[in-house]
Amino acid sequence: MSIKKQYDVVVIGAGPSGLAAAIEAKKGGADDVLVIERDVELGGILLQCIHNGFGLQTFKEDLPGPEYAQRFINEAKSLGITFLMDTMVMDVTSQRKLYLSSKDFGYLEVDAHAIVLAMGCRERSRAQVRIPGYRPNGVFTAGTAQRWVNVEGFMPGNKFVILGSGDIGMIMARRLTFEGAKVERVLEIQSYLSGLSRNYVQCLEDWGIPLQLRHTIKKIHGKNRVEAIESVAVDDKWNFIPGTEEIISCDTLLLSVGLIPENELSKKAGVMLDPVTGGPFVDEHFQTNVPGIFAAGNVVHVYDLVDYVSMAGFEAGKSAAEFALAEKERAARYIPLKAGKNVRYIVPHKLDKKALEQGDISLQMRVTQPIEEDVWLEVRGEENSIVRRSERYVRPGEMVTIVLKSSMAAEVEKTGVLTVDIYPKSEA
Amino acid sequence: MEEKNFICTACPMGCKLIVRMEGDEVIKILGNRCRRGETYGRQEAIAPQRMVATTVRIPNGFYPLLPVYTKGTIPKSRIPEVLAKIRAIEVSAPVKAEDVIIPNIIGTGVDVIASRDMPEK
Repeated sequence: MSIKKQYDVVVIGAGPSGLAAAIEAKKGGADDVLVIERDVELGGILLQCIHNGFGLQTFKEDLPGPEYAQRFINEAKSLGITFLMDTMVMDVTSQRKLYLSSKDFGYLEVDAHAIVLAMGCRERSRAQVRIPGYRPNGVFTAGTAQRWVNVEGFMPGNKFVILGSGDIGMIMARRLTFEGAKVERVLEIQSYLSGLSRNYVQCLEDWGIPLQLRHTIKKIHGKNRVEAIESVAVDDKWNFIPGTEEIISCDTLLLSVGLIPENELSKKAGVMLDPVTGGPFVDEHFQTNVPGIFAAGNVVHVYDLVDYVSMAGFEAGKSAAEFALAEKERAARYIPLKAGKNVRYIVPHKLDKKALEQGDISLQMRVTQPIEEDVWLEVRGEENSIVRRSERYVRPGEMVTIVLKSSMAAEVEKTGVLTVDIYPKSEA
Repeated sequence: MEEKNFICTACPMGCKLIVRMEGDEVIKILGNRCRRGETYGRQEAIAPQRMVATTVRIPNGFYPLLPVYTKGTIPKSRIPEVLAKIRAIEVSAPVKAEDVIIPNIIGTGVDVIASRDMPEK
């Protein structure tokens, strides 16, 4: 496999939205589709979501996360999409240039006619919810614990308290119970559940795990390892209610306190973010404020169901392909002007093939070296000379102009590049 | 007549179900927005059923665990037995998604199948 310099559509992220976008971009007529993934496998976070409940809309089946992903992976692989694994996108510009660091290919620069941002989201961390106390080992986000337990085969602890009633937290409460751990409590600061009711039923209620609403953590006890947490009830404004404290003995605290769209790259490309969602402002095709940059899935806003993420990916991918094809057609109308023998630069740098039909066009340039004798100024196409005129000398300090006449339009249209050479007549 | 209240878990909508019972017999189901809800409510009132998703050891796999799940629902009360059975075995890579890992687990008539492809490490 080799990586090209230019792709029609580049998708950043191979989770559910990225895979859906790549599939639909390819089906929508984009020839070269590149998916960039930082993990060593396709599928994104679905690979660690081994519980069922995925795909009821998309496949009319109740599937676990990995199998939902597998179906998209199989389809994407069958379509001839290029996958660049174990690769980080370090920078993206509003001109749709990407700078990459890849395990297999090292440093790469890639241009895209259209980009789909599909980086997903991150978990809110301990620092972002400001829990006082020591910083002992044993405090993890629910998603980290999920990765350990479901993929890597490690148990993060034996006795758990979970802060937050998000879906991943509740699902991990059941999962840890399945693996023999004891989940003492789930604490939720709000007066309502933050995840799905079905997860309360099948993850907490089924296994007798108590949920306390309007409760949070006042303090973490333990210096090297979590030894207990101190819970406390809160009022409507989330103030601690004195006298309601309770010490709950545990060795591990999991945080399931919300997800934040991951948009560090989007910002670099000049994409404007909505302060409410934390994701880009998008139109109905999921195009951001930067033309040709689309965004889909949890990078835009945090979804409750993967099926909707896939649908967003489809729309963004389809629209990105349309944009790329139009962009490609526009780009194909232009012929680059190449500085040939003894030419330092030419302005304009490129020429619309149709422009000569409207009238003459002046090419302005400077030479690299002075030539104090009769010279030819020559504009060549790929196969033949298009125009040639003479000068008695050329000097770097004095600009040179060559005019392309509208009568040359037919010849110019046939070529893919125009080269200008300036050389002594004696060498001709 | 007795009324039982459930939250339906058949899909993510989370409908509030009211199941009216006469002894062991379901008389009426209210609150569901689809037929799956009716099936769920009837089953939940008599003998709750769940799908089970967990992992099985796969020592030569690309990752040390293979995610698996029951292709259909099994009695909720038998989940611990199902988990114990799955925990007791090891499988060998490569595995394909939907390969049967344990057929007819503990006589429930339901197969435990792989949730993903797992290549060798």
